[in-house]
Amino acid sequence: MGVIVEPAKPVVTPEGVQIYSPNVVVASIEKLINWGANTARLNSMWPVTFGLACCAIEMMTTGSAHYDLDRLGVIFRGSPRQADFMMVAGTVTKKMSSIVRRVYDQMPEPRYVISVGSCACSGGIFNTYAVVQGCDEFVPVDVYIPGCPPRPEAFIEGLVKLQDKIRAEEHRWGLFR
Amino acid sequence: MGPLQIAERIKEQFPDDVLGYTEFRDQVTVSVKRDNIVGICRYLHDDAEMGFDYPASLCGVDYMPREPRFEVVYNLYSIKHRHRIVLKADVPESDPNIDTVTGIWTGVNWHERETFDMYGINFNGHPDMRRILMPEDWEGHPLRKDYPVTGPAREWKGYEEVRDRKRKFAEFEWKPLK
Repeated sequence: MGVIVEPAKPVVTPEGVQIYSPNVVVASIEKLINWGANTARLNSMWPVTFGLACCAIEMMTTGSAHYDLDRLGVIFRGSPRQADFMMVAGTVTKKMSSIVRRVYDQMPEPRYVISVGSCACSGGIFNTYAVVQGCDEFVPVDVYIPGCPPRPEAFIEGLVKLQDKIRAEEHRWGLFR
Repeated sequence: MGPLQIAERIKEQFPDDVLGYTEFRDQVTVSVKRDNIVGICRYLHDDAEMGFDYPASLCGVDYMPREPRFEVVYNLYSIKHRHRIVLKADVPESDPNIDTVTGIWTGVNWHERETFDMYGINFNGHPDMRRILMPEDWEGHPLRKDYPVTGPAREWKGYEEVRDRKRKFAEFEWKPLK
């Protein structure tokens, strides 16, 4: 499957038929749309800025000049309605969990969640009365990034994992899904 | 004024309320009765030679098997005279009440709320005696020694609602139909 950019010119097929080629793309509509939509989605993933604890400091580091998330098309947005995925970066307390959930609910589909750090993945060292033991208890998580806090390289690895996941997606194009 | 002199002065001024004082590495701690805590604090704040204008910290302590069980600790500092003193007042478990000192230092407002939140010590006359850290409908006071670290067996109602939302809204998620 591919896109034709060069002008049509006559070529001879192995069967000896002269045709104008290449000017026809044959693929199922599912694959064609997935190819377009998934490539667009994975090359401009916009996260909602949402830091809860020290992992957010590492998230800011990843976003700024040295590691530079912009080259992956990752631009932090202030509003969940403009965002494609949410990084739950830090310790989620039970009191904060309803707000995390509300931010997630406000995001438009398709939406993804990255759980950043030991605390967001599993509660981490805080096996206590006030801390949620893993944010997957109340939001569906796509990628887990372990670490306390994870290095910026781990962040980028997690984003690439999410890109791989989006690239492999099928039957997820909106109203006609 | 040295810290021992301050302790002596407090003892002279309030002979009935001061139970004693201890010194450890130039830090002097005065144990007082809780009944006249406002009077002692008012004196420490208003007296020209004392001038404790900065309440550095106010917190609670739980010495569980001991009776009286709780203690409220006042760390006071004078920016003008550069001296500090620690006041400690015992609070029994059967009657966890002590008078507020927000009338003297407004800044202890949130400290007292936190002490109430974590230990359940009630500050009489406080203008806004609510929980400050835990949710308003939280049961129990988490920093008490008999409070289980992982929380009570029953989950907090507010968090149960959040968890229910995952189940309730699952049908609106875009899932692959394949």
